[in-house]
Amino acid sequence: MTTDTNASLSARNINFSFGRKPVLDNVEINVPNGKFVALLGQNGAGKTTLFSIITGLYAAHGGEISIGGFDLRKNTQRALGSIGVVFQRPTLDRDLTVRQNLRYFCNLHGISAADAHKRIDIALAGYGLSDLHKRKVTQLSGGQQRRVELARATLHDPRFLLLDEPTVGLDHANRMEFVSNVKALCKERSLGVLWATHLMDEVEDADYVYILHHGKILFEGGSEDLLETHGKNSIAELYSHLTSKQADAKIL
Amino acid sequence: MNINHAASCFRGILARESLRFLNQRARFFAALVRPLVWLFIFAAGFRSVLGVSIIPPYQTYVLYEEYITPGLLGMIMLFNGMQSSLSMVYDREMGSMRLLLVSPLPRWFLLLSKLLAGVGVALLQVYVFLLIAWFWEVRPPVAGYFMVIPALILSGLMLGALGLMLSSFVTQLENFAGVMNFVIFPMFFASSALYPLWRVRDSSEMLYWIANLNPFTHAVEFVRFALYLEFNWQAGLITLLCTLFFLAVAIWGYDPLRGFLPRKGGAAA
Repeated sequence: MTTDTNASLSARNINFSFGRKPVLDNVEINVPNGKFVALLGQNGAGKTTLFSIITGLYAAHGGEISIGGFDLRKNTQRALGSIGVVFQRPTLDRDLTVRQNLRYFCNLHGISAADAHKRIDIALAGYGLSDLHKRKVTQLSGGQQRRVELARATLHDPRFLLLDEPTVGLDHANRMEFVSNVKALCKERSLGVLWATHLMDEVEDADYVYILHHGKILFEGGSEDLLETHGKNSIAELYSHLTSKQADAKIL
Repeated sequence: MNINHAASCFRGILARESLRFLNQRARFFAALVRPLVWLFIFAAGFRSVLGVSIIPPYQTYVLYEEYITPGLLGMIMLFNGMQSSLSMVYDREMGSMRLLLVSPLPRWFLLLSKLLAGVGVALLQVYVFLLIAWFWEVRPPVAGYFMVIPALILSGLMLGALGLMLSSFVTQLENFAGVMNFVIFPMFFASSALYPLWRVRDSSEMLYWIANLNPFTHAVEFVRFALYLEFNWQAGLITLLCTLFFLAVAIWGYDPLRGFLPRKGGAAA
């Protein structure tokens, strides 16, 4: 996929290392508006590090990142204001209620009290959480907590949604419900979505797929094109085929 | 930086800290019991042993309870600052620190807001303590209750920034709890919180100099003088400089170029 500076996300030549250990090597990722893009990689492939760089928690040692058209280095605050994030680990405050958590997020993003109230009501209704708004986070199930996090990630109308293995710990039904919620968001709001996972069934019909392996983009392409080119029936099969081929090449 | 956005962000952080505080009432009482035990038991027991002569800012002989009250206010701020930083390490491990740090505002502002919110919570504890102390016959001038606010805020910021600085370099919660023991107790005991420095000098010249180098000593003296309507320039200046230094190192510690996550084996890939 060619890089596009007006895309939801455009990351070019991203390099990063912990000390002397390289973690990301010339990674390029592009997420157009309204597209659901999957980032596949095993544990340790570099997905979370890449996400930490995209969210400004780490600074890349080389390369350029643009989010919603804003350069992350030169226009950090506007770039970060364009991202909605669902982290791998829950980040809701367990001492607060659902509404208090959402209110806190609105404050962090400078949304006025009256506007925040409306947005929160709409978001809660949209994810079937209206009855739970006064409950403390500790009283919610894992699936409900994830829905609250998704609702929260979209409160400020981001242009790009970043999800780092967001379904970890959920059962199959909750996982699939969460995936369909995100896909609906992607279409309805023309939101670019980057979904990192190692669970292939979640991304079978992704618009575009990147496979990150040992810090490098091993393969990329439209999911149908990739399946056709490699003669495979599913993303899971393809992933297993490509990464094992790479492992064999290393051994040889 | 948009001022309205910044104000909204600070309100949010303050509200969150206050709500968490209200939801953890046990923490409030525990934080209050500690200085009260010192006031009711330690000070009463040592009243006759540890006589205090007339030294500034006091105009006359004071009871030992009255002498250690500013030190106990410092103790509240010290424990609160460290507790707040401990919660940052916890938040970092649990993930909610990420949410704060990816907010679209400068990182220094986010960290400073978190510190100030922690100081706000500590101030509440300080005034509840002063109210109880009033019934225990510790009664500084009424204006002192107001004059001391800036000194308390600056001291709280300094101690919070120290905790923040430590939290940025300590990678695990367990380690941080250990570090706290090496910071809180030496800082508290090697200071002028419990005994005037001239008395310390009588027993040990070295301890006297250590106490003089201890930033907590200056924070306590700054609070002590302000509570009795005097301004201790030296203590105030040292507290301010230490605040700026700790804050600068803490902000550097949380710099994205260093990465805010633990790197020793904990670097999530």
